[in-house]
Parts: sequence; C-alpha cells; structure tokens
Amino acid sequence: MSEEAASVGVGRAMLLLVGRELCLSFRRPEQLLQPLVFFLIVTTLFPLGLNLQPSLLKDISPGVLWVAALLSSLLSLDALFKIDADDGTLEQLALSGQGLTVIVIAKTAAHWLLSGAALVLVSPLVATALAIPVSAFPTMLLSLALGTLTLSWLGSIGAGLTVGLRRGNVLLSLIVLPLAMPLLIFGAAATDRAISGISAAGALYLLAALCVFTSTLAPFAATVALRIALD
Amino acid sequence: MNGTAEGLCVENVHVWRGDRHVLKGVSVEVGPRELVHVLGPNGTGKTTLLRVATGLLRPEHGRVLWRGRAISSVRSDYQSALAYVSHEPALKADLTPLENLRFMVGLKRRVSTSELKAHLDRTGVLACADLPVRVLSAGQRRRVVMARVLALGAAIWLLDEPFTNLDAAGTELVATLLAEHVNSGGLALVVAHQNLQVSATTRRLELAT
Repeated sequence: MSEEAASVGVGRAMLLLVGRELCLSFRRPEQLLQPLVFFLIVTTLFPLGLNLQPSLLKDISPGVLWVAALLSSLLSLDALFKIDADDGTLEQLALSGQGLTVIVIAKTAAHWLLSGAALVLVSPLVATALAIPVSAFPTMLLSLALGTLTLSWLGSIGAGLTVGLRRGNVLLSLIVLPLAMPLLIFGAAATDRAISGISAAGALYLLAALCVFTSTLAPFAATVALRIALD
Repeated sequence: MNGTAEGLCVENVHVWRGDRHVLKGVSVEVGPRELVHVLGPNGTGKTTLLRVATGLLRPEHGRVLWRGRAISSVRSDYQSALAYVSHEPALKADLTPLENLRFMVGLKRRVSTSELKAHLDRTGVLACADLPVRVLSAGQRRRVVMARVLALGAAIWLLDEPFTNLDAAGTELVATLLAEHVNSGGLALVVAHQNLQVSATTRRLELAT
C-alpha cells in the first residue's frame, strides 16, 4: 500500500524525537524547573547548616556542588521512559520502525538537554554562592557538562531496568548512584584543582573518557532493558 | 486464502506468563483482503496474541511470518507495514491531536499537515485538531487513534478493542474504515467482543481457556 512512501532516516527521526521531548517539556515547565530549584536549594542548605567560614566553604564547595548536581539529575531520570511506557507511547515508538536504540539515544539526549545542560547553565549562580572563584568556572562548567551527560547515559540503563516497576525511583537511585561515584570523584577533583589554580586536565580527561565509554555502551544496554520491559 | 507468501502468519504460538500457559499453540493466517476477528472470554490471550503478532512479545514457542519470512529478520520492513492499536491510546495529553500525529506518523513516513488534517476530518475530530488531547473525551481520543492508523498508511492493521468508548456513529465509522482497508488490499487482525458488522471477508478465531 505505502511501498512508495519515502522512509524516514535516522537523523530526521532523532530530530523529531528530540523535538517532541522538548515540546512536551516546555508544555510542563514545572518538570523542567523543579530539579533546578532543588539544585539551588540543596547547595544553599550546606553553607546555612554548617555555618562555615568562607575559607572552609572553599574546601567543601566542589563536593557540595557535585553531590547536589548528581542528586538533582536523578530526580528527573525516573520519568525518562516511564511516562511513555505508562501511556502506551513506548510500544508505539518501539514499533515505529526506527529501532529502539535510536529512540533510547534521542530520549537520553533530550533528557540531558533538559536536565544536565540546564544545570550547567545555572551552576555559575550556585558557584558564586559557594565562593568558587570565577577563574575556576570554565573547568567547573566543562566537568559538570561531561559528568551530567555521563549520568544521563548511566541513568538510561537504570530507567530502562526499572520502567516496569510501580515505585522504581528509589531502586533507580540505588542502581545509578554507585555507578556515578567515579563521576563524583573526578568531577569534584577537577573543580577542586581549578579552584586551587592547578591544572585539572587529568581529571577532565578521565571524565571525558567515562563519557565516551558510557555513551557508546549505555544505549545498547538500555535497549535490552527496555525490550525486556516491553515483553 | 492467499497462503503465507503474501500475508501474516502466526504459527503454533505458545506463550507462558509466569506459570500460566496463555497461548496454547495458536495458529492464524491472514492474507490480503482478509479480516480475522479474534474473540473469546477475558483472559484467553487475545491481547497477548496481538502483541505476539506485533513482535513486541516473543513467544516461547512458534513463530510469526510476514510474507513468508520471520518478522524478526525483516523487523524494519515489517514495522513500516504495521499499524497497532493497543488498549492505551498512546496520545500525549499535553500535545494536540495534530502534534501527536505529526510526531508518531513522522517517525514512519513523511507526512504533511494537510494530509493529517484530512485524516482527522475523516474520523470526525478535525474540530479538536488544535486542542490539547487532555480536554478530549475517551471516544474522541479513540477517533484520533483511528486517524493515526489511517495516516500510517499501513498494510497490516492490528487493532485491540478499537470500538471501546465509541458511540454508535463511531462504531460504524471504524467498521467502514476496516471494510475500506480490507477491500483495498489490506489485512487486519481485530480483537473485539461484539459482533463485527464489516462488509469484507471476515473470519473468526475463537480463543478458549
């Protein structure tokens, strides 16, 4: 019947899927803003609760920044596939002829744009509150960008595994957070070194390597997890 | 019967869900210009059979063939020829029917807004084309889903309870669409509880416990 219909290429399908995610997210801005506000509040709680001297604050600020970034990224991960799975959209996407891996990559990329990239954009505000010097900003922004992207990839596996569970968000955190420890270590180290004025190249290279590693393997792992969930 | 070479063929499929043996060696063949009406009491595996036919659910035993080849070996071609309607409408409540269709149909084929509007007009929901799906009734959502099926232009229709929530006119519309689809060379596997009043070659497949 529709043999002559031009099939849709992977690139176009990706654009369409990312566009759909962005469109859906902007219709519900609170879902976009809540993790960012959480990030801002958590980072503000530390200086308030610990009653720190600015000098001490400088020592703990990289760690605080990174822990808050990881936790706030986790907040939105639960919804990555779950909403689509619950309303039947995931089945339709799986039958769209595009391959589940394409769907996973597009959805995870959109998730990073809406959570990780947004978090990177507001991080200078938080960094200022935590007395991180402006000279450390480039390293901090780059490390956060790499770290949140890696976390989105790791999260796609966890979200795929927990998509069939009614309350999977705690389990999702338990799966993803141990895997995210290297991110925390190297990310905080990079930021710490940049604050002290030492070269952070080593830590950044390791973060970049982790990012490449997860972005090449996670889509396939998440695809398998989703296929099991759809079965 | 046109044989397995042209149609969809489910061959001796067994499916277990946990300890339950849901499908016990079910076979069904649907050729072009043919509609198979699947019926049976609740819990006899009608939906499971349809999910097996889509390829979403892999049977423990048996296979599904499309034009004589296993669907897993021609997955992309098979999926392009497929329109599946499940219990869930799979519409995003925050998007309009037009946007929903543009994204979903757009993954399978290039489609223009005017064409999508024509399909929404056909199913009687053009007036709601620019409202969020959230404000649509369950019956109107069903009609949007049928517009999606039309827009996909697929040769194979796998419909799970397509008459749910529809009024008399809607039921008649879906029956007409089914007849047009089948008579123009398509094939359909339809799960429905009521009798189908479709003017096309129809066979019945009754599933029992």
